Amino acid sequence: MNTAGKRILMAKTGLDGHWRGPTVVAKALRDAGFEVIMIGMARPEEVVQASVDEDVDLVGLNIGGHVDVAVRAIGMVRESRPEVPIFVGGVVPPHAKRKLEALGVEVYPPGSQLPDIVAAARRLTGLA
Amino acid sequence: MPDDLALQLERAVAGDRGALARLISVLERGGSASTSLERKLRVRPGSSYTVGITGAPGAGKSTLVSTLLGEILEEPGQQVALLAVDPSSPLSRGALLGDRVRMQAHTASPEVFIRSMASRGHLGGLAMATRSARRLLEHCGWPLTLIETVGVGQVELDVASATDTVVVVLNPGWGDEVQANKAGLMEVADIFVINKADKAGLEATRRDLEGALASLPPARRPQILETIATEGKGAAALWQAIREHRAAITASGELMQRRLAQVRSELRGMVDAVLADRVQRLFAEEEVDARILAISDGRLDMAEAGEQMLALMYDQANDSTMT
Repeated sequence: MNTAGKRILMAKTGLDGHWRGPTVVAKALRDAGFEVIMIGMARPEEVVQASVDEDVDLVGLNIGGHVDVAVRAIGMVRESRPEVPIFVGGVVPPHAKRKLEALGVEVYPPGSQLPDIVAAARRLTGLA
Repeated sequence: MPDDLALQLERAVAGDRGALARLISVLERGGSASTSLERKLRVRPGSSYTVGITGAPGAGKSTLVSTLLGEILEEPGQQVALLAVDPSSPLSRGALLGDRVRMQAHTASPEVFIRSMASRGHLGGLAMATRSARRLLEHCGWPLTLIETVGVGQVELDVASATDTVVVVLNPGWGDEVQANKAGLMEVADIFVINKADKAGLEATRRDLEGALASLPPARRPQILETIATEGKGAAALWQAIREHRAAITASGELMQRRLAQVRSELRGMVDAVLADRVQRLFAEEEVDARILAISDGRLDMAEAGEQMLALMYDQANDSTMT
């Protein structure tokens, strides 16, 4: 249970207004003991700078169907923080899911269960 | 590890933000690595300035800070760091750190370093590591640090002993004259900001504040500004007021006094923390249980037990310095 100050960045790279998903996920992660840094809707450059300045252990992206932007953000985070794992949620069509998974990120489309997402966060930050 | 720390610090001083960020994490985690790092950090007199922004939850601190950052960055060559503190849950120890959401405009600018800090159980409006992080920023050459506190009530006043200029953010409709005269937050403000100044109750709030401040000599009376942070209104005047306050306390010598008080407060807090830790370890000893039993049986009095406990603690301390 000891999440010992593990830090997770939550950003929304999609331009849709679907805030509920990332907010619910952020609260679940907080209740599991993580420090969750919310940056809201962000350009890839902003995601990168926040992941560096905030020294996060995991990056969560809500991509809302905009796969190309997400792919760019993932590439840029990898460049400056190659050791940091990334997971993705939001409306992700099946072909996009395959594309993202091929990049080595975990994908949690609509219907994913909160306990599974929390478990993934624990595993990806080396807690389980 | 110490070698790695020295290397990271060298990089952070050279402008490597990743190294700076990792070192702040070291300070946040505490323990021996944090102590090793602290040993390398010396105050550099006159090299930096710290502004605290405090006020009730929802007063608009983050939005105000965001517009203030915009003003500061208008000046060519200006660099600014922000430490934004939010509360940790006392139950899960997790935290939602949302201050960056309101600072989007600046979050990709190389002149700005923003770090969200969870309070991690520390009361008083700051996190345990906030002061250390500020010193690290100073060591790394950041000339200006803003510290945004947790949303506070009346008595969370850490900010006053950690910053040079304190900005207290209020809203129209806030309290009344009685509130304005209460001790605490009101006494540490160098500048008052009535944010959300387009809301009803502005005049009454200003009047109550002015009434509460009337007993101060004019030179010590904090300015009262009005802002509408969501529209950026009043940010320029706030930056101006901060610069004026800085100039005034620098010229009068009060800044020096404040810095001495800051160091005294931090040093004392550090010693307090070490002692608290020792007390905690002391109470984990089995010998303590025997005394607790003896007191409740009536075989030992509280005063004698207290003295024995202190003696035990000193023994522990001597043992640990020898090993």
